[in-house]
Amino acid sequence: MQIFHRSTNTIAKVSIFGAIFFLGFFGWVYSELLRSPYATGQGVVRNQPVPFSHQHHVAGLGIDCRYCHTSVERSNFAGIPPTETCMNCHRQIWTNADLLEPVRSSYANGTPIQWVRLNDLPDYVYFNHSVHVAKGVGCVTCHGSVDHMPLMFQHASLQMEWCLSCHRNPGPNLRPREEVFNVSWQPPADPDAATALQEKLVKDYDVKSLTSCSTCHR
Amino acid sequence: MDSDHGTKGKCEAEASRRPGERAPLDLETLREGLRTKRGPELWRSLDELAATAEFEELLHREFPRQASEWPEGVSRRGFLQLAGASLALAGLTACTRQPIEKIVPYVRQPEQVIPGRPLFFATALTHAGYALGVLAESHLGRPTKIEGNPDHPASLGAADAFRQAAVLCLYDPSRSQTLSKNGRTGTWSGFASDVNAALRARQPFGGDGLRILSGTVTSPTLEAQIKQLLSRFPKARWHRWEPAGPHHERAAQVRAFGRPVEVRHDFSKADVVVAFDSEALTQGPGSVRASRDFAAKRRVQTAQPQMSRVYCIESGPTSTATVSDHRLQLPPAEIEAFIAALAQAVGASPSGSELVTDPHVKPWVDAIAEDLKAHHGASLVTGGEHLSPAALVLIHAINGALGNVGSTIVYTEPVDADPVDHVASLRELTSDMAAGRVDMLLLLGGVNPVYTAPADLEFAKALQKVEMSIHHGLYEDETSRYCRWHIPAAHELEAWGDARAYDGTASVIQPLIEPLFEGKSEIEVLAAFNNRPDAAGHDEVQTYWKTKLPGGAGGFDTAWRQVLHDGLVANTQAAPVSVTAAGPAAAAGAGEIAAAVQQARARKDAVTLLFRPDPTIYDGRYAANVWLQEMPKPLTKLTWDNALVIGPKTAERLGLRVEETVELTVGSRKTGAAVWILPGQAENTAVLTLGYGRAETAHGRADGGAGFNAYALRTSDALWAVPVEIRRIGERYPFACTQNHHALDPQGNETKLASEEAERRHVIRKTTLAALQQDPQVIQKEREKPAAGETLYPAWKYPGHAWGMAIDLNVCTGCNACVTACQAENNIPVVGKEQVLAGREMHWLRIDRYFEGDLDAPAIHHQPVPCMHCENAPCEVVCPVQATSHSDEGLNDMVYNRCVGTRYCSNNCPYKVRRFNFLRYSDRESPLAAMLYNPDVTVRMRGVMEKCTYCVQRIEQAKIEAKIEDAGAPEAGPHKIPAGKLQTACQQSCPTQAIVFGDINDPQWEVSQWKADPRNYGLLEELNTRPRTTYLAKVRNPNPRLEPTRTPHGDS
Repeated sequence: MQIFHRSTNTIAKVSIFGAIFFLGFFGWVYSELLRSPYATGQGVVRNQPVPFSHQHHVAGLGIDCRYCHTSVERSNFAGIPPTETCMNCHRQIWTNADLLEPVRSSYANGTPIQWVRLNDLPDYVYFNHSVHVAKGVGCVTCHGSVDHMPLMFQHASLQMEWCLSCHRNPGPNLRPREEVFNVSWQPPADPDAATALQEKLVKDYDVKSLTSCSTCHR
Repeated sequence: MDSDHGTKGKCEAEASRRPGERAPLDLETLREGLRTKRGPELWRSLDELAATAEFEELLHREFPRQASEWPEGVSRRGFLQLAGASLALAGLTACTRQPIEKIVPYVRQPEQVIPGRPLFFATALTHAGYALGVLAESHLGRPTKIEGNPDHPASLGAADAFRQAAVLCLYDPSRSQTLSKNGRTGTWSGFASDVNAALRARQPFGGDGLRILSGTVTSPTLEAQIKQLLSRFPKARWHRWEPAGPHHERAAQVRAFGRPVEVRHDFSKADVVVAFDSEALTQGPGSVRASRDFAAKRRVQTAQPQMSRVYCIESGPTSTATVSDHRLQLPPAEIEAFIAALAQAVGASPSGSELVTDPHVKPWVDAIAEDLKAHHGASLVTGGEHLSPAALVLIHAINGALGNVGSTIVYTEPVDADPVDHVASLRELTSDMAAGRVDMLLLLGGVNPVYTAPADLEFAKALQKVEMSIHHGLYEDETSRYCRWHIPAAHELEAWGDARAYDGTASVIQPLIEPLFEGKSEIEVLAAFNNRPDAAGHDEVQTYWKTKLPGGAGGFDTAWRQVLHDGLVANTQAAPVSVTAAGPAAAAGAGEIAAAVQQARARKDAVTLLFRPDPTIYDGRYAANVWLQEMPKPLTKLTWDNALVIGPKTAERLGLRVEETVELTVGSRKTGAAVWILPGQAENTAVLTLGYGRAETAHGRADGGAGFNAYALRTSDALWAVPVEIRRIGERYPFACTQNHHALDPQGNETKLASEEAERRHVIRKTTLAALQQDPQVIQKEREKPAAGETLYPAWKYPGHAWGMAIDLNVCTGCNACVTACQAENNIPVVGKEQVLAGREMHWLRIDRYFEGDLDAPAIHHQPVPCMHCENAPCEVVCPVQATSHSDEGLNDMVYNRCVGTRYCSNNCPYKVRRFNFLRYSDRESPLAAMLYNPDVTVRMRGVMEKCTYCVQRIEQAKIEAKIEDAGAPEAGPHKIPAGKLQTACQQSCPTQAIVFGDINDPQWEVSQWKADPRNYGLLEELNTRPRTTYLAKVRNPNPRLEPTRTPHGDS
């Protein structure tokens, strides 16, 4: 005796196939979600106490990165300038600008400005700026063309696969050391010349692919 | 309900079978077993010898069964609720995003501060008054770690556990945080005006009734301040009380030389050392330096094997004995008889030899005397503070007769200010207080006499008669409760000060941080007494040194900066004094000992109770320091407690078992205690260390009133030894002892190994100097090392660095400095007594202690065991998520964020060096605790495995520095760390330099030379794990007269 109607065969087949596609779809959604700006914060502009413009200060005025980010060559942390650094100029120019009121009051009261962190790695990741700079990784390689950012945002996803893409093959992201802080440096247009430069830099700077866990996790 | 009851009943049954619960051991059987060598040659504990079920379980599992269970009080139903909730929460947390964080820069960035890089400040920390020069590491203003100052003569770069743990005390939330008057919150200005008024009222009477009580003071500034006060108030008095002395040593000096002196040992010139009950290497003002000098003479160069010879004659095992060649175990009176006999034998005293009658001991006297005389001027006889003054007089006389004065022993002017007899000083104060002659008393620098004063003085009762009593200390304690005022003290990392080291070298103590709880330093309190209540400590110290520092070209400011930079004031050593032990004093000493020995022998079976400073919390002053509390004591391996330590024979005679409670009676005084049996403790002696059994209400202790109060039985006429009556009570008091934890199993499942093969698998290899001279390869011949190819593991290649470590067992004293250094460097949490009982202590570096031979008088060995970073690492292959993997420099990396807590790795580790976070041990919330953490090391969360990383944060930092340096050079070479530019925390702190670490690919590193030494061997290397951490075998240099027949295999 037939308990189930013949159509249940089709339903069974469809649901078995469907389940596979369904799970696959969910897997795809999950992995997309993980890599989306929602999860990584990539490209998201956040409100800061002062709407500081890198475009203006870097492209417009030509200030070197290291004028503000002083410890980038010596420490793991590039350094956020103390209020005093802002006031070096702004005690003379734009002294009455409303936008700069938080800076002036910070300087007057001795209370630090609390910036919102954009490039924020998890606590178990130990990134070091100084060694990347010493090996010829340019600022814009990771931080993007800050000279075109009126408001700052996180340029890269900062996910481990992003780190590893360079750690497995560092060559394409290298530039001569003296060009590290040059925001407008471009590799040679000729692909052969570019490859030759890459190879030279890898050799000269003794750049190795470091993928041991303890390179970043301690 | 029923099921709940069932669960509860089961839990109780489990609880009653905790690891500590023991069946009675039949010690005679164990002895017989050892005699016929059926038992193992090296043994960790009586449990191992008896092969108790508990020990077997610990041996075969990486954690005892209970360790996998929930802490008490969680039922099965509760567990299911939690499991369900955590599953749901785990699902939810996957949806959360990283929180948005702030960056808070400076407003004005201080000079020299580079965010992300630490600064090191040269300062000094005191222990019992004496300074040790240290470098304090500071991350953006937070002191996080203490290291030794390589330029300081007392440190030479090493630091002891006490000093290193001081940084934890700084952030201790149980520190006193408010100034109080009569139990209510007061103010500093209120205090200052009260003091001012009180002093003004006493001015016409010359300060009659004004007293100060402090511990040992070596601070030149404080001394000057107190002297200034005393000159204003000539009738005021300054009393001293340092519970652990030196009392007898000072008395002996006065008798021998007619004056107090400072005794400075120089072990680096001593070819023969005789230590009588002496902890010279781990306790005392110069112990860190003494360890370094001692090790210099014990380090065996294989090309030309030479080493000193060390004899220990003692009643209980000392750290010195673990690195000695001969150990003789005697009751205290017999030790003194031995000293008297030795004194006569070397010509230091007219009588004494007749006191040694035991035919087993007599040859020792003769052999040692002969050895000493053969090394005129190059030997050293030391005596512990716990010997009688008469015996210590004789020891001075012996050193004099042997020509050691001026070479291995130097007498200098006393380092402590105005040295007095502390007992007499405290007795005078107490009787004056009781008689109502004291109406104003300042208790300075955390002295706690209500707890620590000899019981017969009844200090608390007398203190109540003092009208204006002022207690100044880091903690509110027993004494502060009796005082009208309590002033919170500033920590030494918070205030300006100065102090002198064992050799007199002065250091300026500089603060690294503002006082966290508005504490005041001793110097600031004394300034208030000298009418300068608002004086800054900095100015007071500078004022003193203005007249003392040489002006030079740059004037005082330059000299001052130099002092702060160096961490010491150059050329301030105490001046040597020329003293000779008076002949009559030695003769009188011998006579006195003769009488005492007769008396002691008449008592026969009476047990002598010995008081000793505790190896971890000293006299109780570090009771609140949980690093020290949880640090296993070097010899007993107890944590969180003291115990009545007795030897196996005494235990048998009195019918006492381990962990059984007893009542101790001394005269009319009684106290409770619980028994611990320590092989190596002389018959009829019992040791109770000071500092435990604090009153329930006392603040400043983390032990929850644990342990037993030795001070309750200690009287001013019997400070270190007293006859005691022990009455069995028989209740159970569990001890959190780590001696059976992480036991290695060299035999594995092959229980029927031929004895010869079993012998090859010793975890501690040893030989004698004679055997080594005859055949340098003697250790290598014993090794059972499989060929490198005999494995399925991948063959790793290391083109760059390859990190390795070697540990010289010949100089390890088991002092725990490395354990503390590791704890501070790597953010290792403390777990508490309950968790230690379950085998969950988290120390990455443990020091295993082994006994060898005779049950009643064994030899004792220490072996530090960090992660072995195996080439063929058994942990790596079993991790399902690759949370532990091989690095390209041979490190066995541990990735916390990958770990899912299966514990397979720890199951598979033959060395048992992996530690699992069963609970959330790290304090991740309290802002005070957060200040202490090393920012370069992850603070681990619950459910992850951790272990020694070879301080990978230091390796990476050193590599980065080398790379940046090379980048600056015109011809960029390979980016390698130069030899010696990198130290692990344990290596750095080791007072005997027993640990070296470095690149084993590069022969320039010292570690490569150690690894090439024929004494080098790996732990359990027969398993073919090919450990990167290896050991240098222990070498003994026995006197042929005492051990005529030797086998090439050493002393087994």
